[in-house]
Amino acid sequence: MINSSLKTLAQMLANKEISSVELTQTFLNRIDAYNPEINAYISLDHDRTLAQAKAADVRIAAGNATALTGIPIAQKDIFCAQGWKTTCGSKMLENFIAPYDAHVITQFDHAGAVNLGKTNMDEFAMGSSNETSYFGGVKNPWDFSRVPGGSSGGSAAAVAARLCAAATGTDTGGSIRQPASLCGFTGLKPTYGVVSRYGMIAFASSLDQAGPMAKSAEDCALMMNVMAGFDERDSTSLNREKEDYTRDLNKPLQGLRVGLPKEFFDIGIDPSTKDPIEKAIQKYQELGAELIEISLPHSSLSIPVYYVLAPAEASSNLSRYDGVRYGHRASEYTDLMDMYCKSRAEGFGAEVKRRILIGTYVLSAGYYDAYYLKAQQIRRLIAQDFEEAFKKCDVIMGPTAPSTAFKAGQKADDPVAMYLEDLYTIAVNLAGLPGMSVPAGFATSADGKPLPVGLQIIGNYFDEARMLNVAHQYQQVTDWHAQAPTLDKPEGSA
Amino acid sequence: MALSTEDIKKIAHLARIEVSDSDANATLSKLTGILGLIEQMQAVNTDGIVPMSHSQDVVQRLRDDVVTKTNQREAFQKISPAVGNGSDARAVDGGLYLVPKVIE
Repeated sequence: MINSSLKTLAQMLANKEISSVELTQTFLNRIDAYNPEINAYISLDHDRTLAQAKAADVRIAAGNATALTGIPIAQKDIFCAQGWKTTCGSKMLENFIAPYDAHVITQFDHAGAVNLGKTNMDEFAMGSSNETSYFGGVKNPWDFSRVPGGSSGGSAAAVAARLCAAATGTDTGGSIRQPASLCGFTGLKPTYGVVSRYGMIAFASSLDQAGPMAKSAEDCALMMNVMAGFDERDSTSLNREKEDYTRDLNKPLQGLRVGLPKEFFDIGIDPSTKDPIEKAIQKYQELGAELIEISLPHSSLSIPVYYVLAPAEASSNLSRYDGVRYGHRASEYTDLMDMYCKSRAEGFGAEVKRRILIGTYVLSAGYYDAYYLKAQQIRRLIAQDFEEAFKKCDVIMGPTAPSTAFKAGQKADDPVAMYLEDLYTIAVNLAGLPGMSVPAGFATSADGKPLPVGLQIIGNYFDEARMLNVAHQYQQVTDWHAQAPTLDKPEGSA
Repeated sequence: MALSTEDIKKIAHLARIEVSDSDANATLSKLTGILGLIEQMQAVNTDGIVPMSHSQDVVQRLRDDVVTKTNQREAFQKISPAVGNGSDARAVDGGLYLVPKVIE
């Protein structure tokens, strides 16, 4: 049951083979057993969760169920959920009980889904290993000595360890796709503007986008049907007609033009990652796809550009945490300035402070043109590279991350090494395109453990349904996505 | 441009983050590394390229000038921080937030 697809679970619920309360309790039991070790969840509230499951059972009995009614979903702790502690992985918001719901939370509530709990994440979504969380690191379920990726590391570990049926994440520079790659499941970052950012704690507002993290492309499509849609409360939400993201899942791939950016295979990629990616691309050829070499000449600049633009936006967004109305206030201070400076020094962790300082610097008087303006200009060149590429192909494929999951602590003290984790994902955010990661095999670590490798699929604007089709067809002829890690029984259990 | 610890302190003050001398030193080496990475941008000629601030070329929506939200002051003030300096009371009094005196 824990490995069942969302569609199967919905059928079981409809056929009364299981109730939502039973299904939810199954996941809560697994969470109680494994979460103390894996640390995927920051906040749990079994009573509240089970009350939602009971309400879902009533709705199912009344015949008003949607595709996700009664399905237990893990929510990244970046989404405000009324009455839930919403920390964003930060001491700054350690005691913040959200007074309202994010749009994404409202959408799941309306669908009758069950909120299993709030998942761990890098502080304010700034990180690629989940190690910047104030609430501690998260263990990769495939190898507890390794990181799950980040920033949506808790959601990633929860999906991989089957501590939820599916989860939500957010992706500013790769925070859905890179953990999906490192933990071996399917994750989608939609086109910027498709999912409302209302109530989603802001990091870099021109890049942040929420999306599904789940066991298959089909599950991601069902999640997208709930998450996507216009919301007037987000000024960048796009007013488009509602889509059914499952509509193209079963289309054959004959004639699909797959673009392979030569830059993605030249630089940075570890041989153990390259091999599964090349085999996956071969598989697409067998499915009838045509391979086309393309070039994204400015892609290597995406990291420098991102580390100007994202910190600049973050320094502005995070100026709201001043210790006055909510969040952490220093316990001792002399005057107002001292209260601001101490509250922020105590409330933010090292990586968040670094990014605020970088952002403050690049926006400061005299440096704006050399950094911020320059970065915005190169951002356009990066977006234009994709525009050219999509004249020749339907989707772009390559690795999601340069390597498999790395050891905890390995890059924690070297920000630049950590930033390179997002080498292949960041350009997609800068251009605002949709991107996903799909399990494409395993590499074996030096100590003999299988570590997942993710294939990245990048689509043109609003082409999510096609990307999900491309991923789904691959998942009909491979079983990488269906593999789950074997978890040791937690200590003290029978 | 190479940064100094004095620069770090100045930037930190602009960002309203207190830094100690040892913090400033540690931050300096990390920031220097990151700025080195950023420096790669300077190799690209961007003359005449229109800056891109946003991925979607859309104009800001306007709405009618009407009240759309209800007053939730009490709910929002319930989550105010403690006053500090020895007081565990909420930093709210009579619907107003309490901060240190700013006018003599």
